[in-house]
Amino acid sequence: MSMDVKALEDDRHHRYVLNMGPQHPSTHGVLRVLLELEGEYAMNLLPVLGYGHRCHEKIAEFKPAKSFMPNTARMDYLGALIYNHGFAQLLEKAAGIEVPERVEYIRVITSELNRIQSHLLWYGAYLLDLGAFTPIMYSFDDREHILDILEDVTGSRLTYCYFRVGGVSKDIDEKFVTGTRAFIKRLRSRFPMYEDLVNGNIILQKRLIDVGELTPHTCARYGITGPLLRGTGVAYDMRRAEPYSIYSKFDFEIPTGTKGDCMASFMVRFHEMEQSLRIIEQALDGLPEGSIMAAKVPKKLKIPAGDYNSSVEAPRGELSYYLVSDGSDVPYRLKVRTPSYSNLSVIPEMCQGMLLSDVVSAMGALDLVIPEIDR
Amino acid sequence: MKSYFSELFTGAWSLILGLKVTIKALVSPIVTVQYPREKIVVTPNYRGHIDLIKFADTGAHKCISCGSCMRECPSDCIVVEGEKREGVKGKVLTIFTLDFTKCSLCGACVEVCPTKALDYSDEYELAGSTREQFHFDLLKRVEERE
Repeated sequence: MSMDVKALEDDRHHRYVLNMGPQHPSTHGVLRVLLELEGEYAMNLLPVLGYGHRCHEKIAEFKPAKSFMPNTARMDYLGALIYNHGFAQLLEKAAGIEVPERVEYIRVITSELNRIQSHLLWYGAYLLDLGAFTPIMYSFDDREHILDILEDVTGSRLTYCYFRVGGVSKDIDEKFVTGTRAFIKRLRSRFPMYEDLVNGNIILQKRLIDVGELTPHTCARYGITGPLLRGTGVAYDMRRAEPYSIYSKFDFEIPTGTKGDCMASFMVRFHEMEQSLRIIEQALDGLPEGSIMAAKVPKKLKIPAGDYNSSVEAPRGELSYYLVSDGSDVPYRLKVRTPSYSNLSVIPEMCQGMLLSDVVSAMGALDLVIPEIDR
Repeated sequence: MKSYFSELFTGAWSLILGLKVTIKALVSPIVTVQYPREKIVVTPNYRGHIDLIKFADTGAHKCISCGSCMRECPSDCIVVEGEKREGVKGKVLTIFTLDFTKCSLCGACVEVCPTKALDYSDEYELAGSTREQFHFDLLKRVEERE
């Protein structure tokens, strides 16, 4: 990887290349960014990928489609259930399996809990990048409650493999329902605390407002989705734009910002947690009785020849699975469109000419999960 | 000038508000668990690595060595072998090993088992210095268990 760096005639303005990562704490994993600095200004940025590539898409071509479910969780370890959801939905669509209503409710409740969990981790980690150590302690305290609730039904704490083609692996019980309701109450009572501790903080505002501004046009050019796009004022959310599962039944808002800077996406994510709580609440109220598995799921899941697509709203944006089948139970090709990859690609344009410490602000606002970029 | 002072004031006030939260947390009860001196109770639904169940009524496992789990496993980490013995109906299990380094805890083997002979263990304190430490001989484990 070479960059064309020309020394300027004036020695005082000499440019030099700095490696940010692959082990830099603010890159959350193995992302490497080549920064061309002039003084403290980043004049050129080049993200370097590939350190965590595990050939997930290729692996999918060598085993029965339903065996790919655990891999989906490893792509985005923070939104594992949502990745499960998209994939289960894809195969159900392909094989024409009707899912019981209770399953859809369970999927929505657990997915939304997963989304809150992801946002809470981002909240803490982002502030940690900005130099505020305290908030992560509070957000991890809340997050731990979600992990406990989900561990009780899914059996794991992070890389869930809970959804099955046509259902879920375990039914939720009374303990789950009361635990989730208690959690909703708890998190709601904690929001004012977060407002006081973090959101109103002058240092945070100075570091986020007017930093890393995006426009809807830029987002469209790079394919940016999720909270970043909503921060620019476009209320595009897969749960509303193309309602999948049973999201059309629920009453919730799509939080949007106006300026498209880091503060806008920060607040969008913060308000999304409240909206997810609303969805969970409504789903718990309307939870129907019934089976947790579709009646006729063949043991060997043959996918009729053709191509299928399924899109869901992951915590970081739009997630799409695209499957091409030749009629056997093994996919001919599976393409995964992950949100962080597109979101990352804007970095060179977004961060050009920024101060180095603002680059950290802007990159944190993207909420990058590297294994999802290098899948 | 006016905005400078108003910002100074709101900024200072925001810091005081934040400090109030931390001071409150200082006197609130501890939420962390002092591992390893203290341990939390792990939920019975926790998915550890798989284990053969020892049934109390027979004092043995129920594996019929059909190999369903071996075929269903997405990562090929289970090896099951059985042999035919004279005077015994069906096959007798001779080998049941799990390569836990490859397992992704999806639970397909537990769900596919026709005799419900498999279950998740609740072991979560797994650490080792060699790969071989995670090659579990489940048959030996079930025989050694009380």
